[in-house]
Amino acid sequence: MTKIPDHRGLATWGERLVPIDEFARASAAHGRRLDDTRRAAAVNEFHAEAFDDTPVEGPFGRVAVFGGAYSNHLALAALLADARNREAEAVYCLGDLGGFGPAPEQVRPLLEQGDVRCIQGNYEVSLAAAEDDCNCGYTDPRDNHFAELSYAYTARNCGDSFRAWMGRLPLRRRILVGSRELLLVHGSPRQVNEFLFRSTTPVAFLEVLLERYRCDGFLCTHSGLHWSKHLPSGRDVINVGVIGRPANDGRPAVWYTLLEARGSELRVEFVPLTYDHPRLAREMRAERLPEEFVETILTGWWTTCLEILPAKERAASRY
Amino acid sequence: MEQPRVALGSLDTLWFQVGGTVCNLACTHCLVSASPTNRTHDTMTLEQVRPFLEEAVGLGVKEYYFTGGEPFLNPDMEAILCETLRVGPATVLTNGLLLDRRRCARLRGLADGAEYSLDLRVSIDGYDAASNDPIRGSGTFERILKGLRNLVSAGLNPVVTVTEVCDGAGSRAGRERFFELLKQHGIDKPRLKILSVFHLGAEVQRGGAYESWQRLTPADAEGRGWDHLQCSSCRMVTGRGVWVCPILVNEPSGRMGQTLADTLTDFPLTHQACWTCHAEGVSCRT
Repeated sequence: MTKIPDHRGLATWGERLVPIDEFARASAAHGRRLDDTRRAAAVNEFHAEAFDDTPVEGPFGRVAVFGGAYSNHLALAALLADARNREAEAVYCLGDLGGFGPAPEQVRPLLEQGDVRCIQGNYEVSLAAAEDDCNCGYTDPRDNHFAELSYAYTARNCGDSFRAWMGRLPLRRRILVGSRELLLVHGSPRQVNEFLFRSTTPVAFLEVLLERYRCDGFLCTHSGLHWSKHLPSGRDVINVGVIGRPANDGRPAVWYTLLEARGSELRVEFVPLTYDHPRLAREMRAERLPEEFVETILTGWWTTCLEILPAKERAASRY
Repeated sequence: MEQPRVALGSLDTLWFQVGGTVCNLACTHCLVSASPTNRTHDTMTLEQVRPFLEEAVGLGVKEYYFTGGEPFLNPDMEAILCETLRVGPATVLTNGLLLDRRRCARLRGLADGAEYSLDLRVSIDGYDAASNDPIRGSGTFERILKGLRNLVSAGLNPVVTVTEVCDGAGSRAGRERFFELLKQHGIDKPRLKILSVFHLGAEVQRGGAYESWQRLTPADAEGRGWDHLQCSSCRMVTGRGVWVCPILVNEPSGRMGQTLADTLTDFPLTHQACWTCHAEGVSCRT
């Protein structure tokens, strides 16, 4: 068995042993020590505003926003009917049209007939560029295996015209709801495949991000679970959830978001959507999609992509 | 030759060497050569940590990590976690030996009371005592598993970290063996992180040093830049100031300043460990 080394009075400078004072002096000699004025200037420069000339659409009184259709054409049809009943003036989709579900081309006519205003998700970025990976960023081999199956199926079943259409979608939009200017993105304002979960997205991080992108809030999807935070500055961040698969809560319903202007405030409502999920399960089986995906549609519990869940969200998960 | 330099795009991940280099083990692969008597970096008090948390909030830090040495040797560790969880998610990297039932119950209380996630990341370096104990110390395999069971009993789901000194850990079969081991000990939602080996500190004696060619050049950035390196979005705070990343704390030239504001600048990728992060896609984040 290895002998425990005795480091008393000594420091480990790399693999060398030196007197601890020598390490302390050498360390103190490295790095910057700015005065207060220059520190404030460094922080200001670090927070430099991001250039964003996205045109603003609206104003609207009420809009419906969803993400992650994942080829779930039945949920999409249900959403369009529901949003119409609730008198949404516009419907926005935050990307990831394909993956997971059956026959990806089926969502396109629904999006066009419903006048849905889309942005690209990481799926559209990858499909339009004919990449061989969805760029979800999984590292666990099991999650990667299912992500690859899902992407390969979607890629096989998306024609050139649909891919070209995806490639023409913008990466972001800006909308005015009442007097609130909101940025619409897939992952986050800075990265198309950034996962933003409630329990790992600090308020301070969001405030800095919103300051950089000069808006009253942003809407995102990608992580698959809906949440919202009303920030101390009065701004709002809303993860609108996905309609492609349930929210890992043991219910087969999927979720979208209704935004409504209430004076100068923004009212956020998460809407559970029931749809003919047993039919979707039959269609998925007919397409020989993995039974693990079908189980999620039927039970409401995620069976894959679990590695991305933070501790709190994983604790609430069946698997 | 021109030195490659990495810019800090955002400060997402803030590390604290909160346990210093003081540890109740002296693992043969430890990249900071932590041991019971190594005070190259000392443990940090809550009072030392607090100003950095305040500065981090202003800079929009997204997540906090605590390492050492062994963080739970630090009497302030739980108080530090309590303050941190008010501003963001926290992860503690531990050897698991100090995770008794009472501590696990307190950690569960902290996790439940927080808006943000608390993760415990426990290191193990083999599938059994015969492979783990020569690296981490006699009897540690059983003691680590006991710590893991205590976490699970308290309702906390740990992340288990294995370095690639463990034969085959990174392979599919190796992962499956670990998942099986964890299931046997009641972990039904196993989370596993495999870490590359850095040829630094004690590991140089065990596994050898870097070879001279293992060094970055500006050409390595072509077509992709350096944004994939964790130092483009992290910093490491120790009792002696702020370092560029968690790997280089025993290199004085890895120190970048006294406060976080001092370190909002680029850094030369001249260390051989930088090669590992680039070539093997390493992130110390979970």
